[in-house]
Amino acid sequence: MNIIQFISNIMIPLVFLIIIVYGLLKKVRIYDAFIGGAKEGFTTVLGILPTLIGLMMAIGIIRASGALDAITGLLTPLCRFLGFPEEALPLTFMRTVSSSASVGLLLDIFKIHGPDSFIGRFVSVMMSSTETIFYTLSLYFMSVRITKTRYTLGGAIIANLAGVVASLFIANWLYK
Amino acid sequence: MLNYIWASFILIGIIYALVAGNIEGLTTAALDSAAEAVGLCVRMLGIMSMWTGMMRIAEESGLIKALSKALQPALGKLFPGLMKHGAEGGRAMEHISTNVIANILGLGWAATPPGIKAMEELQAINPDKSTASREMCMFLIVNLSSLQLVSINIIAYRAQYASVNPQEIIGPGILATLVSTGVGIIFAKIMEKKVFK
Repeated sequence: MNIIQFISNIMIPLVFLIIIVYGLLKKVRIYDAFIGGAKEGFTTVLGILPTLIGLMMAIGIIRASGALDAITGLLTPLCRFLGFPEEALPLTFMRTVSSSASVGLLLDIFKIHGPDSFIGRFVSVMMSSTETIFYTLSLYFMSVRITKTRYTLGGAIIANLAGVVASLFIANWLYK
Repeated sequence: MLNYIWASFILIGIIYALVAGNIEGLTTAALDSAAEAVGLCVRMLGIMSMWTGMMRIAEESGLIKALSKALQPALGKLFPGLMKHGAEGGRAMEHISTNVIANILGLGWAATPPGIKAMEELQAINPDKSTASREMCMFLIVNLSSLQLVSINIIAYRAQYASVNPQEIIGPGILATLVSTGVGIIFAKIMEKKVFK
């Protein structure tokens, strides 16, 4: 348990250390490179701002209406039976469809329950171990005009399902 | 698809609120959420730019290239048939390892171009141009199983919502990612045996 905590704390400083030392050894003008890269990150974030506004507004509306509670209310018995936190259900489905829409739902959970609650931690781990399957799959296959994808979708769904189940187990183990 | 999801959120919200009598809070909710998105992006600007800045150093120093070279022997086990295809197979392998490294480092924008290049090279050696080859299936399942070690954006969101220890999910995230990728690889290997006899 402590080792996982340790990896979490050391990871980013370690990545920074390796990048800086390697950059110095290779005589890269590291600060100039950093600025150039940071500018790119800046543009990326500004680029997602309109998407985020649209999505958070839509989620704000559906949440305030009470419809989301009604839908999850219907699924509560099934979730209880499976030991799955029902508030995380819409996010889990959305995660496979759209990365930006799932971020909206993720932030909604952080807002209501807090990122350090059990469910906040569970969805954080779950988001880091799953992918937007449908978008990426169609992008890659369409780029080379493949129409018969064999077992790719099945494999992607099973791998992501394994990620969700593993996250739930890990969250139960570490944070319950 | 997103068009319909977005529309249905708003329409279901408004209609349900009318029926259930919750309409009075809807305007405030819409306005507050829109404003909150901006506040969030301000913090994201700092964290994302820091990350992409560091990663640019790694690119320019050749660190990312060195890592993808180091990865190639391991990837050879996932794509045993690839090296038999000469130059095209080799190029495909290079693109695949760059894509995997970029994914591991959480550089989605840097992972897509080599990913598409890899698909093109794999298509060049694919005997049936309309059907996914064995290598394509493996590549995409691994790719879609989530490879990311550090989800910097999740950490940024957690920080924005006042988490005491935003990075505490890195270790658990790595563990869960190993499980999902492991299951994906095992599934792909089993299916390979069934489909490509």
